[in-house]
Amino acid sequence: METTFVVHVEDQPGVLTRVASLVRRRGFNIESLTVGHTETPGVSRMTIVLDVDEAAIARIEANLYKLVNVIRVDNVTPRPSVFRDLAMIKVAATAESRGAIMQLVDVFRARVVDVSPDSLIIEITGTEDKIDGLVEMLKQYGVLEMARTGRVAMSRGADAGQRARTDIGDDDGEVALDGNVSYSV
Amino acid sequence: MREGVTDIFGYPGGAILPAYDALLDYPIRHILARHEQGATHMADGYARATGKVGVAVATSGPGATNMVTGMATAMMDSSPIVCITGQVGSRLIGSDAFQETDITGVTLPVTKHNYLVRRAEDVAPAVREAFYLARTGRPGPVLIDITKDAQQASCTFDWDAAAPKPHGRPPTPPQLTEHRRALELINAAERPLILAGHGILIGNAMAQVRELADRAQIPVAMTLLGIGAFPASHPLNLGMMGMHGEAWVNTAIQQADLLIALGMRFDDRVTGNLKTYAQNAKKIHIEIDPAEINKNVTVDVGIVGDVRGVLDRLLPSIAPGDRRAWLDSIDALKGHSAVRDIKNLPDEGHLYAAHVIHDLWHATNGKALVVTDVGQHQMWEAQYYHHDVPRSLITSGGLGTMGFALPAAIGAKVARPRADVWVVVGDGGFQMTMAELATIVQENLDINIAIINNGYLGMVRQWQEFFYERRYSATPLLSPDFVKIAQAYGIKAQSVTKRADVVPAVKAARAERQAVLLDFVVEQEDTVYPMVPAGADLDQMIRRPDPTPLADTGDEIGRASADPTSPADQSSGGVEVSPKRDQFGRASADPLAETGADV
Ligand SMILES: Cc1ncc(C[n+]2csc(CCOP(=O)(O)OP(=O)(O)O)c2C)c(N)n1
Ligand SMILES: [Mg+2]
Repeated sequence: METTFVVHVEDQPGVLTRVASLVRRRGFNIESLTVGHTETPGVSRMTIVLDVDEAAIARIEANLYKLVNVIRVDNVTPRPSVFRDLAMIKVAATAESRGAIMQLVDVFRARVVDVSPDSLIIEITGTEDKIDGLVEMLKQYGVLEMARTGRVAMSRGADAGQRARTDIGDDDGEVALDGNVSYSV
Repeated sequence: MREGVTDIFGYPGGAILPAYDALLDYPIRHILARHEQGATHMADGYARATGKVGVAVATSGPGATNMVTGMATAMMDSSPIVCITGQVGSRLIGSDAFQETDITGVTLPVTKHNYLVRRAEDVAPAVREAFYLARTGRPGPVLIDITKDAQQASCTFDWDAAAPKPHGRPPTPPQLTEHRRALELINAAERPLILAGHGILIGNAMAQVRELADRAQIPVAMTLLGIGAFPASHPLNLGMMGMHGEAWVNTAIQQADLLIALGMRFDDRVTGNLKTYAQNAKKIHIEIDPAEINKNVTVDVGIVGDVRGVLDRLLPSIAPGDRRAWLDSIDALKGHSAVRDIKNLPDEGHLYAAHVIHDLWHATNGKALVVTDVGQHQMWEAQYYHHDVPRSLITSGGLGTMGFALPAAIGAKVARPRADVWVVVGDGGFQMTMAELATIVQENLDINIAIINNGYLGMVRQWQEFFYERRYSATPLLSPDFVKIAQAYGIKAQSVTKRADVVPAVKAARAERQAVLLDFVVEQEDTVYPMVPAGADLDQMIRRPDPTPLADTGDEIGRASADPTSPADQSSGGVEVSPKRDQFGRASADPLAETGADV
């Protein structure tokens, strides 16, 4: 099952390696992983897409939390969220085919960002499905190069993403902070 | 110093010279190991003997890579150690400088966390956080790799400002529903069983576990690392579970209607075939590491927390129980199994390792701090040395690191100088780290060493016997004269070949105020029974073949002496898979399917 985690991490050297190493070591398959800055200085945000079975999801989350540099882990899969991928596609374009390609670009609400005598670079953002759809249509003209960012995700609404882990147990009652327990296990 | 460190174990070198130089100005005892792996095991033994953080120090490059095995060992067994390595100067990093190794990269998967410190002002925060991380939560090894220039530079030392900041994990909610369900399950269970793990010792929850067992009359089975978490002599103690666990324990697990797993992680050596594991039981898992819950075994109730805290909350609502029928039925299983016990086999001139351990237990009044290596002798120790107190058995369980025992015992002795420390080690594993004999002498440590010398890499030979048609590939082992080796180091030593000599030799060793090595030359092709073949169903054990000329009542634990009784009934509690047997009653080769796990 395709699962999307949004992971906030400390912006420090080696953090990406730690996350990637953990996922590999535990035998999970990364479909995509993106990293970038957030609204908070010193905090980076990763979107990790994994193909895992249901039972493993809670364990991945728990394992990610064991990394000292991991600040917050959210599984956004079950929540209403916006998923986006960005692609740049260089496609062969002759004088004859250019018009048809431009029409496709319009239909997909993509943009042409570079034109040269025999090719175009198209930029598109959207869900992976939408991008796949455009790529499929462009194949007949000849896709020369493609670069995709992988998925970024954000939950809808103001408080989404703020909730603590809830997969193990319930959260009735007050949260007891135990000074002797390190919450980075 | 500020972390309360009084002893460190290490080995110097170029990149750590500045730190070693500074060490002279502080009242810290430095124990010079003979190999950096040894230093890490020493720190580990120190930590396991006390619960305090053990510290190991080494130089960059080869010094650091030599520590990897020790960190992996500590990681698997949740042992709190801090390893400090020197690193080449910060400007040289990445240039393949002399003795440069990317040790933080190398140790990523075998440390709880690691640091590469390039500036003097970052040293204090890293050290503080490292100690904090090593000992809190689920403990583990933390590495601090410090560049040479960071060691040399000076900065304002502000210890308070270096306090570790709280980490990101949102605190686990109190899980009130889970607590309720756990109580319901426990109070309603007819055939409950406590699975006692290392977490009880780490979390100091012995009293709580005992209270739970006593009040609700729930029998207790232990993992290898859980030994000591519950007194062996307690009537509710069943003994060890798993691959070489007691037959009645494994059978009881399969029959139980409730497993209460405390601070353990359902290792494959403990469960056997997961598909058939404890099918009749509901499962409650109380564990500090949320990543362990539902990892190997899917449980009905998972409670994240330290065992002590969780049990403190549950205990007031635990109903007193009367589970006589269940306890009686386990006793009946014991009777079946115990007749196979080698413990009281007449020696007839042979020296059996099980006898050596049994006699060692007697002669040390069951009060030694035993540090074992890995192999058959380790399993015999677990079976025949009955530990009544916490932290009296130190052994490498999760990683199974041969060579662990001798250095770990050094760490344990440094930590607890008054303990009667015994190393129980195979002839194979001893040769992996026996250079540390010199450390024992240099540090004047009174550690006694019992080599269980069977001329083989015995545990591997046993697998070859069972699963590879007795084709003994690379397991016959030539050893030096261990007595002479010891003497060369100035350590008193004696070879023991007859059972009658075991107790006198042990007593003589204990009477010495210095290290003594005993070379027990035991039966060569002896076998650890029972055995659950890797991946087999837990109750499908290879049993000591019937008929045996031996008998035992099975609950001698805690009694003063072994009293051989007449051969009792021969009914069998497991599967008999050995069609033929030799003159010692051992199983002959049996083509059992091997399922991928390793010795
Ligand atoms: C470092 C290491 N290498 C290899 C093994 C695999 N192994 C497990 S038990 C064993 C044999 C141990 O032989 P010995 O020390 O003589 O003990 P015995 O089993 O004979 O009691 C081996 C080789 C291991 N556990 N650790
Ligand atoms: Mg051996």
